Amino acid sequence: MSFRILGTGMYVPPRAVTNDEMSQIVETSDEWISKRVGVRERRISENEFTSEMGAKAAQAALDDAGCTAADIDMILSATVSGETSSPSTACMIQHDLGATCPAMELNAACAAFLYLLETAAAYFALHPEYQKILVVGCERISGILDWADRSTCVIFGDGAGAAVLERGSGYLDSVCNVKGGDDVIKIPHTIGCSPFFHREQDTPYIHMQGQETFKYAVNSLVADITVLLERNHLTMDDIAYIVPHQANLRIIDFASKRLGIDPSKMFANIDRYGNTSSASVPIALHELKESGKIKRGDKLILCAFGGGLSDMACLLTY
Amino acid sequence: MVKEKIIAMLAEATDTDASEITLETKFADLGIDSLDMTEMAMDLEDEFGIEFTPSPELNTVGKLIEAVEKLAAEA
Repeated sequence: MSFRILGTGMYVPPRAVTNDEMSQIVETSDEWISKRVGVRERRISENEFTSEMGAKAAQAALDDAGCTAADIDMILSATVSGETSSPSTACMIQHDLGATCPAMELNAACAAFLYLLETAAAYFALHPEYQKILVVGCERISGILDWADRSTCVIFGDGAGAAVLERGSGYLDSVCNVKGGDDVIKIPHTIGCSPFFHREQDTPYIHMQGQETFKYAVNSLVADITVLLERNHLTMDDIAYIVPHQANLRIIDFASKRLGIDPSKMFANIDRYGNTSSASVPIALHELKESGKIKRGDKLILCAFGGGLSDMACLLTY
Repeated sequence: MVKEKIIAMLAEATDTDASEITLETKFADLGIDSLDMTEMAMDLEDEFGIEFTPSPELNTVGKLIEAVEKLAAEA
């Protein structure tokens, strides 16, 4: 047994920051960002922490699913930008929703929402009594950006996305890979103030090698989607939509070209939100659903890649 | 073979006549940015069975051809 997606929800902070505004902070331009990344604006939190945005997206997903916090058997969240290491964002979301179920956070960077789905499937299998699991990707990435680094700060945005999963048979297959290392993408913690520790502090912001990230992203998207299609004897004609992690429109377009598929089959909303890391796939899934472009029974592929390096994709029936 | 392939790729990507692309042509003058270079590098990797990430020093068509020919000969 696995699950089906019962409801989805999202929350982004109200403050939209345009590319023109970014060009007043770092040396860049709307043309440069639009052409190279595909972002036109991003939402930036002014006074909300990560878990607070996560709780709002979670409540929206509960409302969409027609259930309450009391119906949830487990809360799984993901973030790389939580306001505290402990309590986890999952625990704070549980608190804010008034839920009483177990809650746990995991970290797989931008690929994390897919790992949440996989973990939820495992919990459904482990606990026959579980009927509904809430999964939330939430990020205040603006807090871990170097706002003087024009190659990264223009890409990202804040937000949260969530889904209520109900015991069912919609989660059909998945593929996941990790190529561990910190040479391509790294977000260091502060090293603390131990008088016994003598390593140098690296800036606690996103460090990313753009070209290597691009190659990894495109190669993993193409490989993961190809594996899912081949293993399940499907073609792209059988898939209603692919919902990729919204990292860079150029990644989505180049992966589409390499897969030989129409780019319009890849849902994209990066132009309005930027890269929201673990929140990007659930936000995109929610907007795709709200657009009316998918119906119950449609097959979808969700796929993501990011720091770790970690990538994952899944095939599901909506 | 590497030269013909790279020039054909550039001509297609930039909608430029191949005869106008020389070994001295700078990528910046063709409007090629670093992600365009990465995309081209990935296509060249597939084509010639090599692996490489273009560095900023490979800023002319001739330098890229030379680097790819060297890698292809070692592959």
